[in-house]
Amino acid sequence: MGGGHSHPLYRDGHSVVHRLPAEVKIVALVVFVFAVVATPREMFWPFAGYALILLGVWRLARIPLSWIAPRMLIEAPFVVLAVLLPFAEGGDRVEVAGMSLSVAGLWAAWGIVVKGTLGVAASLTVAATTTARELPLALSRLGVPGLITSMLVLMIRYIDVLGAEAGRMRMARISRGDSPRTLHQAGAIAKGVGGLFLRSYERGERVYLAMLSRGYDGNVPALALGPGGAARASVRQWWAALLPAAAAVTVAVSAWVLR
Amino acid sequence: MNPAIRVSGLHHVYPDGHRALAGVDLTVEPGERVAVLGPNGAGKTSLMLHLNGVLTATSGTVEISGTPLARNTLRQIRQRVGLVFQDPDDQLFMPTVAQDVAFGPANFGVRGPELEQRVRAALEAVSLTAHADRSPAHLSAGQRRRAALATVLACRPEILVLDEPSANLDPVARRELADTLAGLDATMLIVTHDLPYAAQLCRRAVVMDAGTVVADGEIGAILADADLLARHRLELPWGFRISSG
Repeated sequence: MGGGHSHPLYRDGHSVVHRLPAEVKIVALVVFVFAVVATPREMFWPFAGYALILLGVWRLARIPLSWIAPRMLIEAPFVVLAVLLPFAEGGDRVEVAGMSLSVAGLWAAWGIVVKGTLGVAASLTVAATTTARELPLALSRLGVPGLITSMLVLMIRYIDVLGAEAGRMRMARISRGDSPRTLHQAGAIAKGVGGLFLRSYERGERVYLAMLSRGYDGNVPALALGPGGAARASVRQWWAALLPAAAAVTVAVSAWVLR
Repeated sequence: MNPAIRVSGLHHVYPDGHRALAGVDLTVEPGERVAVLGPNGAGKTSLMLHLNGVLTATSGTVEISGTPLARNTLRQIRQRVGLVFQDPDDQLFMPTVAQDVAFGPANFGVRGPELEQRVRAALEAVSLTAHADRSPAHLSAGQRRRAALATVLACRPEILVLDEPSANLDPVARRELADTLAGLDATMLIVTHDLPYAAQLCRRAVVMDAGTVVADGEIGAILADADLLARHRLELPWGFRISSG
């Protein structure tokens, strides 16, 4: 196995988690995230439970915390939003370090941050252990409509191409004396984003033409080919993969019962 | 015997009013390799997109081996005419090269071992067997170009149309691609600005400008006609001379 089939979030490995078929991991992820979201945010211990489950999976997959942590930054924009809530919300207020904060806002912020963090961490786990080429087959086995599968596949493929394009545009700006850190350059960046949008749109059109000319009629055929066509998940694999998800559901249910 | 390609009176006006083709007539015999030369904006790419019905003519006709291009023959004609686009990133959209190569034939109903065999043969023809399971993002520009060619070869087209095949390739990749192309027996239309490349691969050249064919003949004679080239913003690279005949 070479490393050449990866996406930026993939971490090459041969652990049990890596070897599980992708469809099983996707189902486990969805169940886990639902369990986290359904947990009442007024309780703290269930979230510690979820974190423990994730730590266990990371250990099995041999993903170090130092690899996960920087990639968690993807969550930053939502955290910024959450930080504003205690100031913006109404209702009862408490004094913390001289600031008057809304109690409801604090709870809402806590809920967003903790549930978001767990969700992102779980998604990163699946991304780190699943290659992009496994996805189309896995999604179609799960009964996801072809249109959505092909949209996802296209997105994964072209995010790199667009990233490289954005990188080249940035390089060209910087080499003409632009310093992206100063505020008055925001206009140039905004125009750059607009340009990138136009380019992506045009590329989308060309990709579509190229697909048409190879006989595309709206359905991506099942391409169960070569190593991309991994074997269907066995019953044992389903049980193994759903174990962390089942644990998460147990935590969520007991949280509601004990409330 | 019917010609491989017969285009007559082909006009195309884009929705924004730009007239890309203004009456193109062109006949290509089976097995011929023809270079389509011309400056930017001459209508070369528009012509190419008409050959398998990706663009629809405003007026005029396209016939492939005697079959007129129409709504009910579209599928059959797309299988017979393979287009290789200029930017391989436009062509390669699946997670791995092998999956992308399988996309075309699978669309045309090829399945199972036959599909696998097609993919293997196409990858072999472009010497990319070792890269079958890699993402196109991790190939070099030359490998990506050859992979794009393989995605079309796997459909087993009678006619191959290539848009600027040598663009952005380093000299070795450029020669390797020429070797691959010279080894295929499909009828070929090579759209290019790269005149030496055209001379290397084709015996016949067609010069397009402003949406029409302005010259058609033996490539040596066309490239030796400095006035003709200059009139249509074409020129041989510095230091180059084609000995005609």
